[in-house]
Amino acid sequence: MSKFEFPPSIKSRPVWGTLEARAGKHHLMIADAEGAEAILGIATPELMANTHIIYIPAGTDYAARLSALKPAQFYEGPSYAAAVTRIQRVLQDAHMGLQVYLTGTEGLMGQAMHEAMQAGIPHTAIQTEHRGSVARRMQCVHCKGITENVETDPFVCSHCGLNLFVRDHYSRRLAAYQGVCIDAEDPGNVPEPKGIYE
Amino acid sequence: MSIQFHKETFRGDYSFHNSERAIKRFPFPFDKDSYMYAVNMEQHRGGPADSIYEKRFDVDEHYISEMDDRAMVLADDPLRCQSLPHMTLAGWDLLELIMVSKSEDYPDLFELHRNGDQWRWINKPLGIDDSFTFMDETTLPYGPMEYITRQTQGDFCVLDQRDDNLWMDAGMVTTQADWSLDFDIGMNFFEWHAPVPLAHEKGIFVRALKFLLNIQQGAPARRLNWTMTVNPLLDTSPENYHKWGIQKTTLTPENIAAKQHLRVELQTFFRLPRSNALVFPIRCYLCAFQDLMTVPKWGRRLHRVIRDLPVELATYKGFIDNRPMMLDYLSQFDDGQPTSLGIWPDLDTEPPLKSA
Repeated sequence: MSKFEFPPSIKSRPVWGTLEARAGKHHLMIADAEGAEAILGIATPELMANTHIIYIPAGTDYAARLSALKPAQFYEGPSYAAAVTRIQRVLQDAHMGLQVYLTGTEGLMGQAMHEAMQAGIPHTAIQTEHRGSVARRMQCVHCKGITENVETDPFVCSHCGLNLFVRDHYSRRLAAYQGVCIDAEDPGNVPEPKGIYE
Repeated sequence: MSIQFHKETFRGDYSFHNSERAIKRFPFPFDKDSYMYAVNMEQHRGGPADSIYEKRFDVDEHYISEMDDRAMVLADDPLRCQSLPHMTLAGWDLLELIMVSKSEDYPDLFELHRNGDQWRWINKPLGIDDSFTFMDETTLPYGPMEYITRQTQGDFCVLDQRDDNLWMDAGMVTTQADWSLDFDIGMNFFEWHAPVPLAHEKGIFVRALKFLLNIQQGAPARRLNWTMTVNPLLDTSPENYHKWGIQKTTLTPENIAAKQHLRVELQTFFRLPRSNALVFPIRCYLCAFQDLMTVPKWGRRLHRVIRDLPVELATYKGFIDNRPMMLDYLSQFDDGQPTSLGIWPDLDTEPPLKSA
């Protein structure tokens, strides 16, 4: 699957990179769905010997191929929410020399980055690579509820039901973009939703 | 002079109003007949007598009512005041700065008595007389930043300085021009300014950050910023935008003079001594168009500035739809005569409006 080229944007919007194998004593790779392809792209037996992979398939069938890389530890979880306590536990043990790799959807990378930052790893030291869905994790600025996997602009807040437009303004702390009421000045005048990058 | 505090509202019936004195000292933000972003910093070292620049933290006739409004906002949404865990020391720094400044600048209104770390703070307008132990949070009803900013007009951003950047790591934000502390907390200088159009390309933020990183203790700086607000609504937050946004559509040629307000922020910057944080108070002043028009120079100039403002800025500041109606109104106060340089009203030297 080819990588999506995000259009240029404002300075709070994260810029995702391309994973590369870096020197390190331990490697923590957290991925969902097509993020598996980025791991498969850099995996070598030497790297995998010191790698812990935490993977959420999200309906894809890459798990067996990742497992076949024979990483030192491999975990397949049903959802990010199910995996997060494990991620926190692993990060608790993080020593100098741990390399963190995040790949897959923006929601997965953003949330895992938040955990790594909480553990004291600067966000600039964390490698990322976007793969798969371009859906966004959105915070409603009005009710504060998070709606996962938002694919259209505008969308309906899954908590308060307001019609929200999708901003590029992004909070690393919340791992979310900001959604703001689109029809506040003209109630009921909500444009037809279209894909965020259409 | 003693201040006559108003009992007034910034919501509902909007009984907010400016006295003649308040109009004359309003911080009109345009020093010439056009506007574009600029760093426009100067030292915050006093100013003309009775101007808003005179004191370190200006206290005016709206003080008590603004604090009442802040308490209401916080009761509805406690997330308007947040402080990341490493910012408590900066909160004490801020409490000290404000208590010392206000008790020195307004000795008839505020008193601070210090005996070692045993402090007594008297705030006469708000009827507060509290004794506490400096640096001991358990002796105050709120954290130090929240405690003192519930008693001080203006929003407060407390910025941590590290990695050659400033980080929005604490704040009290209830009178904001449409930005969310809850969303922006933890961001660096470029990130929280990301949505501002044009200024990044002009290098404004790079230069402003360089300036701010070098602000020293005892040498605060200031600048003015501005936007437009329909009704004297202090809490133009994104959180409540779905409630107040509709008010922008209530403007008519008949009510625009009273309803449309120029909203000016006096932004000041102080280095804090223990934490090396930077505190960034953003003080909001509101003035109805009809009151601004009593100053002939401001009438001429506001018309020219609003007429010539780039579309991007009018859109970002949220009044692009109302601009034609504003110009219809403002053009009555522009007789084409030249204006003097600078922001001051110059009532004694500028000519009165020539009738058409």
